[in-house]
Amino acid sequence: MLKTFRIGGIHPKENKLTAQCPVTMVDIPRQVSLMLNQHIGAPAKCIVKKGDLVKVGTLVAEAGGFVSANIHSPVSGTVSKVDQAANAFGVCTPTIVIDTNGDEWEESIDRSTELNETIELSPEEIIQKITQSGIVGLGGATFPTHVKLMPPKEFKPTVLIINATECEPYLTDDHALMLESPEQILVGCRILMKSIGVNHAYIGIENNKKDAIALLEQMAKKYPGIEIVALRTRYPQGGEKQLIDAILHKQVANGALPVSTGAIVQNVGTAFAVYEAVQKNKPLVDRIVTVTGDGIARPGNYRVRLGMPIRELIEVAGGLPSDTSKVILGGPMMGKAISNLDAPIPKGCSGILILNEGHAHRGTPSPCIRCGKCVSVCPMGLEPYLLAKLSENHLFEKAEKESITACLECGCCAYSCPSNRPILDYIRIGKNAVNQIIRSRKQS
Amino acid sequence: MITAIIILSIIGLVSASLLYIISRKFHVEEDPRIDEIESILPGANCGGCGYAGCRNFAEQCVKATSLDSLLCPVGGNEVMKKIAPVLGLEAVEQAPRIAVVRCNGTCENRPCTSHYEGAHSCAVVAALYTGESNCNYGCLGEGDCAAACDFGGITMDPVTRLPRINPDICIACGSCVKACPRNIIELRRKQETRIYVACNNKDKGAIARKACSVACIGCGKCAKNCPNGAITLTDNLAYIDDSLCLLCKECVEGCPTHAIRIDTIDNPSVLTEEKESALC
Amino acid sequence: MELTVSPAPHIHGNLTVSQCMYNVIIALLPAFAVSLYFFGIGALIVTLSSILSCVIIEYLIQKYLLKEKPSIGNGSAILTGFLLGLNLPSNLPIWIVIIGAVAAIGITKMAFGGLGNNLFNPALAGRVFLLISFPTYMTQWPVPGASRWSYTDAETGATLLSKLKEEGYQWIDQVDITNLWIGNQGGSLGEVGAIALLLGFAFLLYRRIISWHIPVSIFATVFLFSLALGLGAEGGNLQDAHIWQGAFDFALIQLLSGGLLLGAIYMATDYVTSPMTSKGMVIYGIGIGILTVVIRQWGGYPEGVSFAILIMNAFTPLINNYIKPKRFGRA
Repeated sequence: MLKTFRIGGIHPKENKLTAQCPVTMVDIPRQVSLMLNQHIGAPAKCIVKKGDLVKVGTLVAEAGGFVSANIHSPVSGTVSKVDQAANAFGVCTPTIVIDTNGDEWEESIDRSTELNETIELSPEEIIQKITQSGIVGLGGATFPTHVKLMPPKEFKPTVLIINATECEPYLTDDHALMLESPEQILVGCRILMKSIGVNHAYIGIENNKKDAIALLEQMAKKYPGIEIVALRTRYPQGGEKQLIDAILHKQVANGALPVSTGAIVQNVGTAFAVYEAVQKNKPLVDRIVTVTGDGIARPGNYRVRLGMPIRELIEVAGGLPSDTSKVILGGPMMGKAISNLDAPIPKGCSGILILNEGHAHRGTPSPCIRCGKCVSVCPMGLEPYLLAKLSENHLFEKAEKESITACLECGCCAYSCPSNRPILDYIRIGKNAVNQIIRSRKQS
Repeated sequence: MITAIIILSIIGLVSASLLYIISRKFHVEEDPRIDEIESILPGANCGGCGYAGCRNFAEQCVKATSLDSLLCPVGGNEVMKKIAPVLGLEAVEQAPRIAVVRCNGTCENRPCTSHYEGAHSCAVVAALYTGESNCNYGCLGEGDCAAACDFGGITMDPVTRLPRINPDICIACGSCVKACPRNIIELRRKQETRIYVACNNKDKGAIARKACSVACIGCGKCAKNCPNGAITLTDNLAYIDDSLCLLCKECVEGCPTHAIRIDTIDNPSVLTEEKESALC
Repeated sequence: MELTVSPAPHIHGNLTVSQCMYNVIIALLPAFAVSLYFFGIGALIVTLSSILSCVIIEYLIQKYLLKEKPSIGNGSAILTGFLLGLNLPSNLPIWIVIIGAVAAIGITKMAFGGLGNNLFNPALAGRVFLLISFPTYMTQWPVPGASRWSYTDAETGATLLSKLKEEGYQWIDQVDITNLWIGNQGGSLGEVGAIALLLGFAFLLYRRIISWHIPVSIFATVFLFSLALGLGAEGGNLQDAHIWQGAFDFALIQLLSGGLLLGAIYMATDYVTSPMTSKGMVIYGIGIGILTVVIRQWGGYPEGVSFAILIMNAFTPLINNYIKPKRFGRA
């Protein structure tokens, strides 16, 4: 019996069209745009100005606080603009634009490909290196990694969990990375273990990636303390709390930090980035992005420089099909539909999913028939139908009592609603409103 | 038969005395003027006065030492005049106000660049992205204001997809102001003619103009032309102070993007010719 | 190109309301086939007239009274009509069926706001309305297999449960339980064939239209409660295997007759009128089970499933309010 989380969950059609596609390098873009707020937390502060020359790996914006991240130039060239520009959702955000010229890297970066297994740095130095390299959670949450590695004093981490579940349908970037660089991931995992001072790590992989499980299991023999855990394929297994529940059989209490269970969870892509940062001195300047969906000519897993326009990457994958109706940053369950294709690829972009006219639209909502499907699939044990109704009617105090803030926004409720009701749309605004109420209560 | 009558009478007696005792024991002494004021109030319980319902407002009135800051927007000055003698206070005449929509982003003025599908709520759209046009500040057209209005004073125009405020109904309670996630609706003095900037775009002129042809581009021409200094410019956006505005229309004629709008009592929300355009 | 933007999730599980309804209808077909075999033309007439009148009444109300777009296509009116038909005797005159349909759709469903808003199960409310209004018509049950080609003039007899109530507990020795499994018993036309009804249950579970909680908790409660009653009636020494045999038969008869299977599988599980959480469903099921046995044993009617379900329908909002699912991270 394979492990999985205990409450709710669904199993949508996997549609991993690009599971067998090796990672393809994409040509260096002519121009990149770097948004200063592409991570969670305070926006980074720009430290370059128009006309400055930068190399690959040059720091162009530094963290604007503890919960923030550095940003490095992914190309070499000239800063052409530091100004407001529309992000993928059309919202104007401060952005650094760099025109590419050649491909000159910072001298400190080790560009050789051979594996470096010896971890020389001390835990403090490792965390410092990760902080400097601007690494954020690459699964999509973009939470600065160094913050997670420095939990509040009262919590002592006991175990590291590497999230390689990739529970979202369509996405295969983590899968491709595991097949391509298994040893680098394992060394990255060792580095993370050292940085938080634990001797044990689990790598959780869903059972629909049997080749990756077999490969990592074989490699892991060389790395004591790392255990590969095959998990039953079920969404939202990649949720931090769900993954801890699945592997450790412990549930994070409502409102508590996940580290209260002793576990620190990092994405597999993050582990790879940590390897590159610590062993090769390479800051976060590129990542793997799955480009997939309906009618794409060359779907695949592409290693791209961050800040490349989304439109250009789609061109590389064969161009936008004429019947495209929706472009999604991330997977179909939690990814965000975008309106501006000229926006750059941010650090947290794990995939670009293209849906055609036939798949892009929602069904017409009809009245709730109280079937209870949303209740039975909710991985947090909430009552989505009730929360949606309370939010719709602005009954936020009541929604707070029904633990609306525990919602993960995983979308299982809306996915399984036979009446096509926009359950999660309303829960989100209710959750925001309740969070605001709680914040103002704390202030007063 | 007789036993039945006796039993029923006893039950009745016991219950009645119980009710009497309880009502005496838990009696709360209340200012009778609260009831009196509440009966004068329109009883809409809209919360437009800033208090939780009409009774709460009445309680505030009784506590108050002056009526300066108390106004029932539904009843207006007339009701306040009736309340004043009950309290032995002086009625304070307050200028009536009306809600105005500071956006003229019709389909023609502001081209649609995407199509939104989801719950019909501006709050949802605002949390998601910039909306169906490229304007980061304009009306989202899903009608949260219309839904918030307890009096049915706002209708969403099916052609322009902007809210239309009915001046005969609007009592400036402010529910719509609170409901709008983009803060587009403002309460202004209810004059025969109202002049205001029908735009809320704080982006730089070029970006604003690109998103919408009638956006305020923050050129400051109106502020220079205004004879009474009623117009100020902050964050690339002009604002007309209605207490200083002389209604000379100097600014309206000079505005290069026609972002300044005149509403009149007869013609509440027409600035430029609104041609019948296709639904967008 | 104008892109569509909507909040996540961007894919849907493809289960729709009409699919739910039509799956239940499909699940009922074996039971309907059994009733056609045993009750002949009458079963067909009653069921068809019930479905037709429910659909027409809903259409008329939506179109002319509520002035909204009729939603007949979602199959909920068809299902209500089908269930109402299956809950009636096969010799019921059409005009009574139509009155039942008006009570079911008009009063119980549409007056409360249509699909999703009704408090009581429409088909059951319609049936109970008829049972109270036309007790003579509603308690004459055609003898199975006796007169397949006659309708209102079919030969009638008593149901098993009413016979049991009259004759007393000892009468169970004469019951052939095989007949109950295959459907050779008097009763409402859809409630007789136990195997067919269970077949539909398996189908619904397989398609994940309903969960097991409500039917199984009803079965378990009725069975255990009846077993206890049976043992009490037998008296004597509990070591005696024969006593257990008799009580077991009694409990099985309670389970397989009087519309318990039809009610537990198809009516108690009605989405709208049953609780949302699995814990709530079990409580609701146990409530129905206890009420059913109590009414059968001590009430005026020989069978009590309809009343039990309707009473527990009234408790559903309360159950939903107080029985919360197990929240993540709470002990």
